[in-house]
Amino acid sequence: MNAAIELQDIAVRYGEHVALDGVNLSIDQGLVTALIGMNGSGKSTLFKTIMGLVKPERGTTTLAGGDPDTARKTGRVAYVPQGEEVDWQFPVSVREVVMMGRYGHQGFTRRPSKADHDAVDHALHRVELTELAKRQIGQLSGGQRKRAFVARAIAQGADIVLLDEPFAGVDKRLEGALVSLLRELAGEGKTIVVSTHDLQSLPALADRAVLLLRRVLFHGLVKDALVPEQLTRAFGLDVGDAP
Amino acid sequence: MSLLDLILEPLAYDFMVRAIATTVVAAVVCAVLSCWLVLIGWSLMGDAVSHSVLPGVVIAYAIGAPFAAGALVFGVLAVALIGVIRATSRVKEDAAMGIVFTTLFALGVVLISVMPSQTDLMHIIFGNILGISPSEMLQIVVLAAVALTILLAKRRDFTLFAFDPSHAHAIGLSPRFLGGLLLGTLALTAVVALQVVGVVLVIALLIIPGATAYLLTDRFSTMLVIAPIMSALSSVVGIYLSYWLDASSGGLVVVVQGVVFGLVYLLSPRHGLVGKRLQARRYARMSPATPAA
Repeated sequence: MNAAIELQDIAVRYGEHVALDGVNLSIDQGLVTALIGMNGSGKSTLFKTIMGLVKPERGTTTLAGGDPDTARKTGRVAYVPQGEEVDWQFPVSVREVVMMGRYGHQGFTRRPSKADHDAVDHALHRVELTELAKRQIGQLSGGQRKRAFVARAIAQGADIVLLDEPFAGVDKRLEGALVSLLRELAGEGKTIVVSTHDLQSLPALADRAVLLLRRVLFHGLVKDALVPEQLTRAFGLDVGDAP
Repeated sequence: MSLLDLILEPLAYDFMVRAIATTVVAAVVCAVLSCWLVLIGWSLMGDAVSHSVLPGVVIAYAIGAPFAAGALVFGVLAVALIGVIRATSRVKEDAAMGIVFTTLFALGVVLISVMPSQTDLMHIIFGNILGISPSEMLQIVVLAAVALTILLAKRRDFTLFAFDPSHAHAIGLSPRFLGGLLLGTLALTAVVALQVVGVVLVIALLIIPGATAYLLTDRFSTMLVIAPIMSALSSVVGIYLSYWLDASSGGLVVVVQGVVFGLVYLLSPRHGLVGKRLQARRYARMSPATPAA
């Protein structure tokens, strides 16, 4: 299987604080990989490194077999932000958010073409938000908001989709819709990476789990990650107390 | 005197026609820019840049260079200084802004005080819309056209930058470049507006129209229409009031804008104070606290 994301010996430091220290990670294409760790374990920093938002002190990143900048410029990487990073009062409609996925395909002024509109229609249909497309983004429920951003990744045509804590603020009963959507996308060969501290939904969601604490403690099958000795290392506490 | 006379009489004077035309041009370009500033949360940045351009304008005046060039240099300098202070010391961004823009503004005041001809430059601080010359008007119109072209051509990128800079980065755009372009346009726009209402009041034109439009709609494209129309109308009303009341024109332009904001704040159907109260009451009636058994 091909590696969609390859990190070699990544180290990131914020002043005195070491956020990542020698991360080696090879994430396979066509799988859902969950990135697990407690707050401060470096999950967000790892995402930012993959995104190129943080310049590591040392180490190399390879995306889709090549240079990360090229991968970004060709629209192969999509990012679904954490709920708290988004201004939900912002005056954009669901459709406009999804259209933002098409900007890389558009000209200087980003005037949408027929192909862009079709891609957006298709993506909205795919996440079952066609009916709500005209709503202001903040007027969606937690789960619908996430699906709108996933639709943006679909419209973009990205092969690598990073989701930062997608289940925070999503109703437990509605989580299933998002999980099955992500499973479907992986089935089509897309690489899905989810950062989460929600261990309960893990078996249904992910093929692989990565336990992170400034470096990779474990990378393998989910069932092998969810054993007491691994979780104790990652969270530094008894499994009975694990979130 | 009939209403028509009230409207037509000032137009008999060339200076009034120029004043109204220039104010409308400045109001429109500021209002368009303000839509992004209020959403990004750059109101204070707008204030900082618009004050910081003063020494640049004064120096440009002294050496006979275009005002815009001087303003752009000092606008960029201000943004860079704010960034450096924030990144390399424990001083927070708002304090860094306060330090940089007041110092540069004060430098401008000092430079004006040592200039031989002070009257023209004092107008830059307080605005002198009624005394605007045809050549100044031409300069304002050209700058406004440049700023407006940049803003409208890149409007979708700016909106993406305001809404989700991480996504902009993820698809290979540069949020830094877009932010820089927006701030550069802000410096240009500040030059346009400071000749109308003066440096001190520019910020009003750069915040109030966007904030007012934001209370009226949930669509950004609609904001881009409402804000300039409302700002232009308020400005014309302000100029007329200043003519008939024989009072500060820049001051009245801003006062009218503020009054319009106040009315919208109270009466906007969806996001106004009264509207929200009514909505809350309607919801309360629809879902009674004690459901029937």
